[in-house]
Amino acid sequence: MDLSAISPALLIASLMVAATPLLLAAIGELVVEKAGVLNLGVEGMMIVGAICGFAVTVETGSPFMGVLAAMVGGALLSTLFAFLTQFALANQVASGLALTLFGLGLSALMGQNYIGIKPPSMPKLDIPGLSDMPFFGPIFFAHDPLLYLGILLTAAVWALLKYTRVGLILRAVGENHDAAHALGYHVIRVRILAIMFGGACAGLGGAYISLIRVPQWTEGMTAGIGWIALALVVFASWKPWRVLLGAYLFGGINVLQLNLQAAGIAIPVEYLAMSPYLITILVLVILSADKSSAPASLGRSFHASN
Amino acid sequence: MKFTKLLASAAVALGLASAAAADTTKVGFIYVGPVGDGGWTYEHDQGRLAVEEAFGDKVETFYQENVPEGADAERAITQMALQGADLIFTTSFGYMDPTINVAKKFPNVKFEHATGYKTADNVSVYSARFYEGRAVQGHIAGKMTKTNTVGYIASFPIPEVIRGINSAYIHAKRVNPDVEFKIIWVYTWFDPAKEADAAKALIEQGADVVLQHTDSTAPQAAAQEAGNVITFGQASDMSEYGPMPRVSSIIDNWAPYYVARTQAVMDGTWSTVNTWDGIDTGMVEIGEISDVVPADVKAEALAMVKALGDGSYHAFTGPINKQDGSAWLAEGETADDGTLAGMSFYVEGIVGDIPN
Repeated sequence: MDLSAISPALLIASLMVAATPLLLAAIGELVVEKAGVLNLGVEGMMIVGAICGFAVTVETGSPFMGVLAAMVGGALLSTLFAFLTQFALANQVASGLALTLFGLGLSALMGQNYIGIKPPSMPKLDIPGLSDMPFFGPIFFAHDPLLYLGILLTAAVWALLKYTRVGLILRAVGENHDAAHALGYHVIRVRILAIMFGGACAGLGGAYISLIRVPQWTEGMTAGIGWIALALVVFASWKPWRVLLGAYLFGGINVLQLNLQAAGIAIPVEYLAMSPYLITILVLVILSADKSSAPASLGRSFHASN
Repeated sequence: MKFTKLLASAAVALGLASAAAADTTKVGFIYVGPVGDGGWTYEHDQGRLAVEEAFGDKVETFYQENVPEGADAERAITQMALQGADLIFTTSFGYMDPTINVAKKFPNVKFEHATGYKTADNVSVYSARFYEGRAVQGHIAGKMTKTNTVGYIASFPIPEVIRGINSAYIHAKRVNPDVEFKIIWVYTWFDPAKEADAAKALIEQGADVVLQHTDSTAPQAAAQEAGNVITFGQASDMSEYGPMPRVSSIIDNWAPYYVARTQAVMDGTWSTVNTWDGIDTGMVEIGEISDVVPADVKAEALAMVKALGDGSYHAFTGPINKQDGSAWLAEGETADDGTLAGMSFYVEGIVGDIPN
């Protein structure tokens, strides 16, 4: 066992990278669920975002165009879900599952010509002096822009939901859509916008995997992160900062357990491998003892005539 | 996933119904990953395409990808048998028990399980001696490492993977007594993000050679980003990452076997076999060793490939002790296939425990 082989600064820096796709997807889904819609299609929107981002980055040579395309791709796919659930009043659970399956198939089709290609890399923030600082440099000042965007987005969603009129309307729609409708708010419009926002965030999360974390395209490369994001929203009791905490905890323990294994620490590998799931759930369950509950209209369809 | 399978099998059923009149042999494949993984499943699918190429209209192939190992595999294999397959290849170790169970229910269908050891009247097993390729990799790794630290991304603690670690370690140690292996078990065959994280953790801890027993090219991408790290293609050539970081590869070539076995079913000569072929028959191929490897090391590696191929050298030749120091193979003694097939111990010098 040689714990000195693990550098804390590099560990923290890489846990932030590992957590970001999860954070991006989960913060988008949080907004969707706050509006009273349960979209189980996160995995599908992520993988479509991953291929859209990858393909456009390769074709244009610009990672920023790719990121934009990933958001558009995720949002477009989510409008399909929005149409099914908001206008056709289809069951949200079934539509969400179908969206995931559709997304997985569509991305495999779109990605056929992109297997084995290397994308142009995303420039990292590099502030002379600051980035080279020991310890704090690699943690705070040497990441790609999307990682900071994830943190900013969490703060923005938190502030929006808590302090703004828009946030109030969104929450009202999610808690009691009939009341919101009676007050004259356009429930369907709010929900569609929320669903598209969620899709864009999931697409962004997917692009983070295909452009930065892995960087390459392979079928099925999101490997269940969308599903973990869905669970994370529930365990974080629909609170933005807890989503961030949960994502960093999950990403962190995942990276830590790999590092501990490489350092040869004498904990059975099976325990290390399951620790990210167990510890994240445990911490969030303890935190959720404050009886926060799901938005009351979550998963229910709304039609003005009902 | 279940819905995809339903859809896929519905499509397959339709296809079967339309072709039922013709006298075709139906060959099914169960894959653990997506065909586009660039590694393990990709090569099996190349084998399937070779079968189609060889027999044309006389054969019909179909497959299901992303079938989880475990209970659900039994359902997927059963479905394939119900659809009228004459021959079914199940291509991952975790399908062993499900394959045996389904085979009992369909005595007229022939089954072939890759990398397992349980046979029955209608179940053959086949595997390749990947450890021969890993011996070559280990030799190159031992010669090339400057930090004397070799990282190894391991999937599941099954004999196949343990054998690979031992083989690579023995041959790295032989040319570099100071070499040390850092092993990470990721408990997956295919999860690019996790494989990338594992590769990064190994590289951050000083590994400048990363070996992998997982199926994606994510470790190659991580090594490329890190700079002075070399890797090897796994299952597939992965030459798009050459000449650096990928300096060579182990390629699985299943096509001749799949063609031969399909032919046997057509001729009615199919019988239960236990195939374990290596470099000698070409089931294991060594991808081109790139120029990043110095010429003398390359020559030594090629000599080893030749010796493994003509049988003059066995990758497990004594003296080799087990991890606890007890003797396993005496000077000049070679390991028998039975021990290799069920290998569940590390050889002397590897640090750490095998998860059980």
